[in-house]
Amino acid sequence: MTKLDAKIPEGPLAEKWAKYKASAKLVNPANKKKLDVIVVGTGLAGAGAASSLGELGYQVKNFCYQDTPRRAHSVAAQGGINATKNYKNDGDSIYRLFYDMIKGGDYRSREANVYRAAEVSNDVIDHFTAMGVPFARDYGGNLDNRSFGGVQVSRTFYAKGQTGQQCLLGTYSSLNRQISQGTVTMYPRREMLELVIIDGKTRGIITRNLITGEIERHSAHAVVLATGGYGTIYYLSTLAVNSNPSAAWKAHKKGAFFANPSFIQIHPTSIPQLNEYQSKLTLMSESLRNDGRIWVPKKKDDKRVANEIPEDERDYYLERRYPAFGNLVPRDVASRAAKERCDAGYGVGKTGLAVYLDFRDAINKQGEKAIEAKYGNLFELCRIITGINPYKDPMHIYPAGHYTMGGLWVDYNLMTTIPGLFSIGESNFSDHGANRLGASSLMQASGDGYFILPYTISNYLADDIKTPGISTDNQEFEDAEKSVKERLEKLVSINGTQTATSFHKRLGEIMWNYCGMSRNEEGLKKAKQMLKELKEEFWTDLIIPGDLNSVNQELEKAGRVADYFEVADLMVDDALNRTESCGAHYREESQTPEGEALRDDKNFSYVAAWEYTGESKPYILHKEELKFVDVEVKERSYK
Amino acid sequence: MKLTLKIWRQKNADAKGKFVTYDFDGASPDMSFLEMLDALNTKLIKARIDPVAFDHDCREGICGACGMYINGHPHGPGKAITTCHLSMREFKDGDTIYVEPWRAKAFPVVKDLIVDRTAFDKIQIAGGFISTNVGSAPDSHALPVEKSKADEAFNSAVCIGCGACVAACKNASAMLFVSAKIAQFALLPQGRIEAKERVQAMVKKMDELGFGNCSNTGACEAECPKEISLVNIARLNREFYCAKVSP
Repeated sequence: MTKLDAKIPEGPLAEKWAKYKASAKLVNPANKKKLDVIVVGTGLAGAGAASSLGELGYQVKNFCYQDTPRRAHSVAAQGGINATKNYKNDGDSIYRLFYDMIKGGDYRSREANVYRAAEVSNDVIDHFTAMGVPFARDYGGNLDNRSFGGVQVSRTFYAKGQTGQQCLLGTYSSLNRQISQGTVTMYPRREMLELVIIDGKTRGIITRNLITGEIERHSAHAVVLATGGYGTIYYLSTLAVNSNPSAAWKAHKKGAFFANPSFIQIHPTSIPQLNEYQSKLTLMSESLRNDGRIWVPKKKDDKRVANEIPEDERDYYLERRYPAFGNLVPRDVASRAAKERCDAGYGVGKTGLAVYLDFRDAINKQGEKAIEAKYGNLFELCRIITGINPYKDPMHIYPAGHYTMGGLWVDYNLMTTIPGLFSIGESNFSDHGANRLGASSLMQASGDGYFILPYTISNYLADDIKTPGISTDNQEFEDAEKSVKERLEKLVSINGTQTATSFHKRLGEIMWNYCGMSRNEEGLKKAKQMLKELKEEFWTDLIIPGDLNSVNQELEKAGRVADYFEVADLMVDDALNRTESCGAHYREESQTPEGEALRDDKNFSYVAAWEYTGESKPYILHKEELKFVDVEVKERSYK
Repeated sequence: MKLTLKIWRQKNADAKGKFVTYDFDGASPDMSFLEMLDALNTKLIKARIDPVAFDHDCREGICGACGMYINGHPHGPGKAITTCHLSMREFKDGDTIYVEPWRAKAFPVVKDLIVDRTAFDKIQIAGGFISTNVGSAPDSHALPVEKSKADEAFNSAVCIGCGACVAACKNASAMLFVSAKIAQFALLPQGRIEAKERVQAMVKKMDELGFGNCSNTGACEAECPKEISLVNIARLNREFYCAKVSP
């Protein structure tokens, strides 16, 4: 009954991609000019794909909700971008990066896709360098590397703590070049509100112009979604506050399967929530855990300030529980351990939902200068936001929602289950399994956009060269536009008393408490009921001021929150179905006697791809069995 | 905190705007400035008043979306920070705070505090790139770059495109913004090949779009949230003259 075919090429792992490229169908230059491609999103994946397809000669329309493509949320990535250059001569290779990603993802990703991501990583770095991205260099003029969590080699390229920004601006420059050449047309301040399918193929999208409110029709021979993740489901997260799942969700409701929705990475070192008005959690880079020590007081509800608590009354719980890795355990493990201490009543700060990240020992040992050179900008950021001076007092940190490994299901072509609809970057599910390793998101997004999609989409479009430009006068466009307008009108006509943000906060709280770092059957079932009630309240008591025909930021928010209720419901279903613990998904029922995550490979070594069957109808679960041929499946231990 | 907020309200690009006064006592010192506006907006929405529109996104100082003229300064009184990082600790109970959009001919007001900054994109489209196709790059180490040059290029490249420099300038000049991109590429060997065409094309576009001239006041540097240096403008001038003298 399953409809899933990942279309993985035959042959040895290391030869699959080369073979694919050698046998993929091509489109000649004259025909490319006649083919339109829509790309939604302008992050590393989206703008990379748009510029790459533009260079090839396709007619590309690129959309983003921001005022300019340069603000897509790839801009906020701090640490770095991985590549297997082995410039350090420390034994790195494509296989090793592949292996680290498969293991880091807790054996829940697809071997062939992960290997390909590792394979194109070097091309990505070379391309960025050629475009003038100012990566850090050593005194010989070569690129510098640093190491990152969960691996034993130095393969991370970086531009201070702003690698994402520099990579994105590089990608934005390549996009601008194509805009100047007329191959890419840019549509900023547009939100995709529907997908249009004609005769079983993806043929366009409906957007809302966020300035005029106009509902617009855009057609193409294929559509690429590069719309990022849904981490803002928790309301408070490290994401840009306008990041949203809506485009991917519309596609899902039109038939694209959604894979592993419950796999969300919770980053352990974020600045904690300070007040009830807070809109956003700011990340403190993972690199701080190289020198900072994490602790809480040994005594419950200890009200003394940190520096007055003597050494023997401090509990360095990561060092205590994981002597081998100490403060450098992977993100999922560190996050759960912080939650465990706070839930047990040992948390610090006003709310009790924080732990200390302390640099006292590092400063005593290395001096303030050395620490400032490494982390000066982050310490300053901490001071600006919290008023705490980390040179004197320990930082307060707490885990925060960060990255979604789950997303639209795609095959080896990065195509969803709807023909002609592709999904790249964070918006697809494919490369990170149940947990993502640091510095691999920029890598995957750029690889997908610049080096993989251009081949796979051409392979698809080669069969479409005889199809003339798609008219937007089709009945399908008419219907899609009508449904978009009806929904918007429904939202503004509720005319209740509560704001979209207040619903988002409450939704986020339910998800954080019951489908966050730790999950159990009882809690998930409770969440499902609470979500249902809150959703009903939303649709009867929402207030949106203003009208449909101008800038209306409350309307934008409300549409996204409405979708989030549906995403949340599926997330909970997925978390309920997967009774094992793996990576970021921790089911309390599945743990070792020491409280560590316990995988169940016999029953859950599959990708859960969910099919939407209609409003209030049950989802159908399709299982893509994961076969591990080139790695041995082992237990992850950090003791 | 009790505050008197005087906020620029303008329905759309064609409407006439004005300051509207809001007495607001819902602020707390550990809020960010944008969170204070969120709280004000919640109050307005519940009173069925159109909330104050403003651009914002990452809220961690890197995307460049936010930008308001607060008490006479782009991004407010804090040094080297964006509006989203401005803390209410910078203000006192009882303060009156003026909030305006960027004021520049090239940045027309869209609504309230939102302005149209597509002029910045147009300048970049005119030449803010290195012409290299995907797949054609040599190995990254085929072209070493002196560390000092690479670091300097990075310092120019940190511009977030927020437009504070234009808002700060009495001439509404975009010289700091343009010069940062010119300098980044001029400092790198990859960028030298098109350097002459690039500087002329970008300056031409900047002039066409109605930005003013630079009179070396330095307000842009003083107000830039990323502390982009005036040295970039000197480099732009040098690149521009050299391109004219020996095209």
